[in-house]
Parts: sequence; structure tokens; C-alpha cells
Amino acid sequence: MNIDVMMAALPKLLEGAGLTLQLLFISGFFGVLLAVPLAVARASQSLAVKALPFAYIFFFRGTPLLVQLFLVYYGLSQFAFVRESPILWPVLSEPYWCAIITFSLHTGAYIAEILRGAIQAVPAGEVEAARALGMTRAGTMGRIVLPRAARIALPAYGNELILMLKGSALASTITLLDLTGMARTVIARNYMPLETFLMAGIIYMAITFVLVRALRFIEHRVSAHMRARPTGPVGVEPTA
Amino acid sequence: MPDLHGFSDQLLLGLWMTVRLALSALGLGLVLGLAGAAAMSAPMAPVRWIAHGYTTIIRGIPELLVVLLIYFGSSVVLMAALRPFGYTGYIELSPFVAGSIALGLTFGGYASEVFRGAFQAVPPGQGEAARALGMGRIHIFFRIVLPQGWRIALPGLGNLFLVLMKDTALVSVIGLEEIMRKAQFAVGATKEPFTFYLAAAFLYLGLTIVSMAGLAWMEKRANRGMPRARAS
Repeated sequence: MNIDVMMAALPKLLEGAGLTLQLLFISGFFGVLLAVPLAVARASQSLAVKALPFAYIFFFRGTPLLVQLFLVYYGLSQFAFVRESPILWPVLSEPYWCAIITFSLHTGAYIAEILRGAIQAVPAGEVEAARALGMTRAGTMGRIVLPRAARIALPAYGNELILMLKGSALASTITLLDLTGMARTVIARNYMPLETFLMAGIIYMAITFVLVRALRFIEHRVSAHMRARPTGPVGVEPTA
Repeated sequence: MPDLHGFSDQLLLGLWMTVRLALSALGLGLVLGLAGAAAMSAPMAPVRWIAHGYTTIIRGIPELLVVLLIYFGSSVVLMAALRPFGYTGYIELSPFVAGSIALGLTFGGYASEVFRGAFQAVPPGQGEAARALGMGRIHIFFRIVLPQGWRIALPGLGNLFLVLMKDTALVSVIGLEEIMRKAQFAVGATKEPFTFYLAAAFLYLGLTIVSMAGLAWMEKRANRGMPRARAS
């Protein structure tokens, strides 16, 4: 073990960590955008409506992320119309955008499945009450079901974000210099795989730690109504 | 199965390698998971710390990094460990062994949490009754706690196995000739990346479906004799 080597690699690795976080948050954002309509359709009663999202979710959850990434980055260039398209090719020839697209599609499938469970966990009485008040079906979905489902899905979404952080290491297989990719580049120069990968591991752990804390804080903030009310004499501030 | 320019045999060989890798990682992972769960409830605090440290670290770093760390890092560690004994040659783990260790370590880290939860769900009276009958600690574990905890642990372990099987694709990065690596060779020869990566995707989907069916059968078997609550 050589601490100096680990420290020398740190600036480069932090640079890579920046790209890792960028990939994580951008694909996390698009993943949620994708997941909401998927989950609503997947929770539908009608077989025709839920068949397509079911197949989509099954494919993306049943195959490795590496295969999906290679299908987008290497696979799509097999088709002449993609290579000749002035719109598609500038995007799909960039590993950065391929990673964003694949990670969004991948995490979108997982989030959709989480959200579907949450939508189905919204108490039926609340939906009936909204309908009884004369809300339209779309209004009920947007104002009652989805906000409730978002709160229910939050802890599971946190887990998915952590899994996606670890999944983003695969970006290094399509030449991107994320944290893992940067570690491999540094090793090509210093020939110190153990120290460098360990340092990268420590940075991943640190990111995980901060993410877990941040999610716990958000969860705490949005569940004020579910905490026990302070009890005791009126006018006396509860301690702690 | 379609011919795929004559590469279907190669892909099937890759499939066989993927299955072997998944099963050997599963074996190691189950042993590590059981040991981890046992260590987490050990009477000595340092043993508990090591077990908690293991699961925290393995769950916090990417699987790909674990694979790379084991494959490239193990040479350094093994050579340093053997130098005092006069061995100075170059040592390298094969991709299969390194991949099995890396995926087994990952599986074990998550499995120890699954086992811990399952064993805690076995009523303590069961163990006490076994003690009163004069059973030793090892007998209590293998004859009373494990058979009952297994039933509770199985759904969690099943999920982990599905994850493990998809993670086997990562071992292609260190050159093991499993499904992904074989697909890469085929792509190199035919210049048809979409065809072969899609074929690989369907092989993984097939593995997932077969495993899910197998797990459902095992869960049904593990639950035999349990009274089933009716929903309505």
C-alpha cells in the first residue's frame, strides 16, 4: 500500500467523479420523466394499455445494463439510416449521449416499476373521494394519486439512485472518463491498480454516503405530517 | 435458434460459461453470506465490525470496480504475500476465478443482510427448545434455524441471484469468454453489432425467465406444509 500514490491520483479521480455525478443526475432526471407515463400505463386495468410498458420494463430489467449500453453505442450504428441521419448521428456517435440515453431508459424502467407499486398502494378511498368531489380522471391522477405515490416511492427511489450510481461505472466501457474510467487511465500510467481502484472505491463510498444522507433529509422534510405531534402542556417547547 | 452467420454455437458456448460463472459465484456468495450473517450476531464486537464493514463497503462500490479490483489488484497482493516464502514469479488469477470471487463477494455482501433478517425472523423459542433438548450450537443452526430461515430468505436470495446473473456480463471486461465476449468476437467478424448484442440480450432474458421459474418452484417447495392465509 502506498498512500502517496493514492493522493497523487486524487485530483484526476475527482475530475472523473464529476462526470459520474453528471451522468447520474441527468439520467436520473430523464428516467423519472420517462417513468411517470410508463407507470401510469402499467397500472392500467386494460390489457392493451399495460402490455407495452410491461414488455419495456421486462426487457430493461431482465437484461444486463452492459448489453443495453452496447446495443445503443455500437448496435445502432449498424443501421444505415442512423449513420446517415443528420439529427441522430451527431448524438449517437457521442459516447456521452449514448450513456445518458441508455442510463435514462434503464433507470426509467426500474423507477416505473417502483412507481407502479406506489400508485397501486394509494388508498382506494382517497381516489374515490376525489372522484366523488367531481374531479376528472386526469385531475385525480395529477392532484391526488401521483403526489401520494411520489411520497410512497421515495425510499425505493433512493435505493434506485444508489444502484444507478454504481451502474454508471459501466460508462467506462464505452471510453468515457467517469470515476472508474479515470481510474483505469491513471493505472495505465502509474501501474498501481490496487491503490488507484481503492481510492476510486473510497470516492464512490463517499458519494453513496452523501446521497443516503441527502435522501434521508428529503424524506424527513416531506413526512412532517406523519410524525407524532408534540405532546405535553400547551405553550411549553418540546425538547429535542 | 437462428444460425447468426454461424456464430450461434459460439454464443451457446458463451451461455454455458455464463451459467458456470453464475453458479460458482453463487456458491461462494452463499458461504460468504452465511458467514457474514453469523459474524453480525457474533458475541465479539470486532467480528461484528468486520462483518458490517464488509457489507457496507461491498454495497457502496460499483460491481465493475470490484471485478477490476480483484482481477488487477489480486496479483499485487498475492505476489506480496508469497515473496517472504521465496516465490518471486508472476501470479495472476484467471478471469474465471477473479470473476467468481468478485461476484461472489458482491452476492455475499447483500446475502448476509438477507440471511441476518431471515434468521432473526425465526422465533427464538425454537432455538431455546433445541438447546433444552441438548443440541449443540452447530446442530441448532443446521437443523433448526437454517431450514426455517431458508424459507424466509429465499425470495431475497432469488432477487440477488437475478442481479448476479446480469452482473456476469461485467466479467467480459476482463476477458472471460462468456455471452458478451462471444458477442463481441462475432461483432468484430461480421460488423453487425445490433444483431449480436440483441441476441445476447435475449439469451440473458431467457436465463432470467428460467431462473424465475426455478425460484418460484423452490419457493413453493420451501413453503410446503405452511398454512396459507387466504386473501378474502
